[in-house]
Amino acid sequence: MNIIQPPIRYVAKNMRLDQRLIAEMIKPGSRVLDIGCGDATLIDHLFRTRGCDARGIEIDMAEVTRAVSHGLPVMHGDADNDLAYYPDNAFDYVVLSRTLQAVERPREVLRHMLRIGTRALVSFSNFGHWQVRWKLLRTGKMPVTAVWGRPWFDTPNIHPCTIADFFELCEDEGYLVEDWLAVDENGRRSPWRKSARMANLFGEQGLFLLTKA
Amino acid sequence: MPGGSGRLACVGKNAYMAGMDGTESAPIAHQHVRFTGGLTLECGVTLPDLVVAYRCYGRLNAARSNAVLICHALTGDQYVIERHPLTGRGGWWENVVGPGLTIDTDRFFVICANVLGGCMGSTGPMSPKGDDPNDLWGTDFPPITIRDMVRAQKKLIDHLGIERLFAVTGGSMGGMQVLEWAATYPDHVYAAVPIATAPLHSAQNIAFNEVGRQAITSDPAYAGGLYWRQGTVPERGLAIARMMAHITYLSETALTRKFGRRLRTGTAVSFAGDTFEVESYLQHQGSTFVRRFDANSYLTITRAMDYFDLAAEYDDDLARAFSGTKTRFCVVSFSSDWLFPTAQSRDVARALNRAGANVSFVEIDSDKGHDAFLLDEPDFHRALAGFLSGCAEHAGLP
Repeated sequence: MNIIQPPIRYVAKNMRLDQRLIAEMIKPGSRVLDIGCGDATLIDHLFRTRGCDARGIEIDMAEVTRAVSHGLPVMHGDADNDLAYYPDNAFDYVVLSRTLQAVERPREVLRHMLRIGTRALVSFSNFGHWQVRWKLLRTGKMPVTAVWGRPWFDTPNIHPCTIADFFELCEDEGYLVEDWLAVDENGRRSPWRKSARMANLFGEQGLFLLTKA
Repeated sequence: MPGGSGRLACVGKNAYMAGMDGTESAPIAHQHVRFTGGLTLECGVTLPDLVVAYRCYGRLNAARSNAVLICHALTGDQYVIERHPLTGRGGWWENVVGPGLTIDTDRFFVICANVLGGCMGSTGPMSPKGDDPNDLWGTDFPPITIRDMVRAQKKLIDHLGIERLFAVTGGSMGGMQVLEWAATYPDHVYAAVPIATAPLHSAQNIAFNEVGRQAITSDPAYAGGLYWRQGTVPERGLAIARMMAHITYLSETALTRKFGRRLRTGTAVSFAGDTFEVESYLQHQGSTFVRRFDANSYLTITRAMDYFDLAAEYDDDLARAFSGTKTRFCVVSFSSDWLFPTAQSRDVARALNRAGANVSFVEIDSDKGHDAFLLDEPDFHRALAGFLSGCAEHAGLP
């Protein structure tokens, strides 16, 4: 006989920092697709606290099983192969948190995000952070830091980028940066709120809210 | 309405079943409802009299909003969690359905109907054609489709006074019915869980079915489909069909783990017979099957599966089958299922995405093959229970 555990109720304090910041940017009652949603913590949070119709895609089957077991609408799939199957303008927000650097074709993924959704929310770890730059300069080897914790031959992060790179890509692709912020290791947002250059040096994570221009 | 008894229950005329010795055994009374208005099938033929045999478990709530319809597979039936009246064995989904289990009968009102074309009380080849109880349909039974099966079930659901099913679920051919339910009656299905199934029956699967059908029809005892007139059963053909089909329900890993190359009797080597354990296992599967299943039913239902191609009903666009649907879906497949491989479930999930549907999709890691949906798979049970709980919360069910 199998015992069915009651679903675990996630609360915001269990969420990663970038997920909390993303949640704050999403208007209540929105339709949200979270790509690379993991165990769907953000989806549950958006449903419970903001009344959103939030769904997810996740590549790791164990995470998918866990999310579905908690009653959350998650499907197995990945950003590179499954976004093509979503219709235009099906969501208000399409979220890609800490996944951009691991996809095969980041530009196409972003295009799909802004086709499927009105707005895209993208968070990524900033490869332009001073520690990364310093380690590469000092040792001459691929930097291994707390954020970029795995050696070059054993990392899923095949497309790391900096905050400056991302601004440039948005301009090339014609995306409007409606809002952006960078945070340091401790989640503090200032003092680089106004300066992209400072953010690129001291911001550990970048978070962008995009629309089509 | 515990156990489906009470005013909705309707136990009436008996269904007939041929016994294993070929003679007509004592008729079994299956709980059923008769629709004298009949049913016009997709092929155009009208069945003047439609009987749907069914079983219910749990209690229908006052709002009639907690009903879960279970659709059984090819050789399953409505006896989901109780002693089978013919074989005396336990129900086929006892590990999933019941009080406190994955599909919790303390919470949900569970219904399962014998499919149209079946041989456990619903109208099928062993049913009387007209008023004469000894003149059966036999091979004259019209070809039926998965949609015909679902339309027969819809009549039962209407009869039970249920406007919207909380959930419809089932594996294999049951999963085909789930997809057909969601496509044909979207407003009457709140949640749909198609398990180990496909949006169409593949050429490979049609091929396997055809071998089974050939085994049956080439058995001299089949007598051109009129075996029931002479009181025989094409045991040999039916058993071979079952043995072959049974292999497709398992995986190489599962067979190896269960039997390996173990010999049945020490080291004796013989030309024929059941030398290996796996052989005697299959022969047992075959011989027990002929006791409970009608050959013409087997032909009718396998044909219905072969005809199934949901997209074909919607201009070859599977997404159109679900356009505008509000139903919440959970598509489940099993990693070692080669009869209904994950790729086919993924096609369903992607079509649902194109339709903008709310869909969960999970492939359960299992080495037990297609039959995994019937077996002890904790991840599957957790996912199914969690999905139903989540849907219950959205639907406002207690």
